[in-house]
Amino acid sequence: MCTSIVEVVSADGAGKGGDGWFDLTHSVVSYDHPHHALLEEAITIDFVNAALGPEARVAVELTLESAKELSAALAKAIAAAEIEERGRLRSAQTRFGV
Amino acid sequence: MAYEGMIAETISISGDKNEPISAYVARPLGPGPFPGMVLLHHAPGWDEWYREATRKFAHHGYATISHNLYHRAGEGKADDVAAKVRAEGGVPDAQVIGDTEGAVAWLRAQPWLNGKVGVFGTCSGGRQTFLFACHTKNINAACELWGGRVVMSKEELNPKQPVAPIEFTRSLSCPLLGLFGNEDRSPTPEQVDQHEAELKKHGKQYEFHRYDGAGHGFFYYDRPMYRIEQALDGWQKVFGFLHTHLAK
Repeated sequence: MCTSIVEVVSADGAGKGGDGWFDLTHSVVSYDHPHHALLEEAITIDFVNAALGPEARVAVELTLESAKELSAALAKAIAAAEIEERGRLRSAQTRFGV
Repeated sequence: MAYEGMIAETISISGDKNEPISAYVARPLGPGPFPGMVLLHHAPGWDEWYREATRKFAHHGYATISHNLYHRAGEGKADDVAAKVRAEGGVPDAQVIGDTEGAVAWLRAQPWLNGKVGVFGTCSGGRQTFLFACHTKNINAACELWGGRVVMSKEELNPKQPVAPIEFTRSLSCPLLGLFGNEDRSPTPEQVDQHEAELKKHGKQYEFHRYDGAGHGFFYYDRPMYRIEQALDGWQKVFGFLHTHLAK
């Protein structure tokens, strides 16, 4: 790679690749040469299962602008999800008199 | 019309620490003797462009081997394997040097070699080409094309790439050709200046060609960075340089 911009975090979930669904172990975000998008560099996001081999991968290549929009959308959805989860927790506590 | 033909195939060679790694070889048919070339693939992997480049060198009369520097990451499509290597922070410099010595040794063991071997690489392969040329005594010419991170900051150094290649310039063992785009960001024109200053300081034989209107990867006809005039001139420079140093 020609940049050293790579972030790797663990991932718990599932992704759909060429051979169907598989469990995820990691999400990898980098800014590097894309393989398909017609850009010199792109934000690339790979959802992978490190134990299953290189082809257990869901890949996207985004422009920097698209990546910023995705990041903002993720932050917004996560904030809303956390409010939802807190509400569920409160209902459960009320139901069980905790 | 003179008969023309080539053979191209995948083989297995001994890489670093004698581990078997895969390689793709293309050479003109016939007894030779042929000069040899070793191609170090770029960060996007051991891919179709490098298969084509291997055959292009063979078309120009060079017995050429492109070894798979990502072999240990496992089987798969080139982009998937390259993504895995990227997530792992690249491949260790010491392993690349060992793998490339293996490719040179394989060529030198062939009966049709004329005794001369050159190396060529683009992008990360350009960096590794220069690095290898500073660590071996077994080659006769090196072509470094837009090698990013020959110059590295302290923050960029890591256990896999512990020393910036520029630090090894004193040990460069053969003539060097460098091709660079003046709009590149890795390496930047300032980094190419530093690279060149270090070569001058140590009295090394080199020629650099620096192209206006081109950035990174300007040979890649399937990418938006392709620049036809600069690429055509660049290929001429590559084959002219290799003819001078490897033909006889």
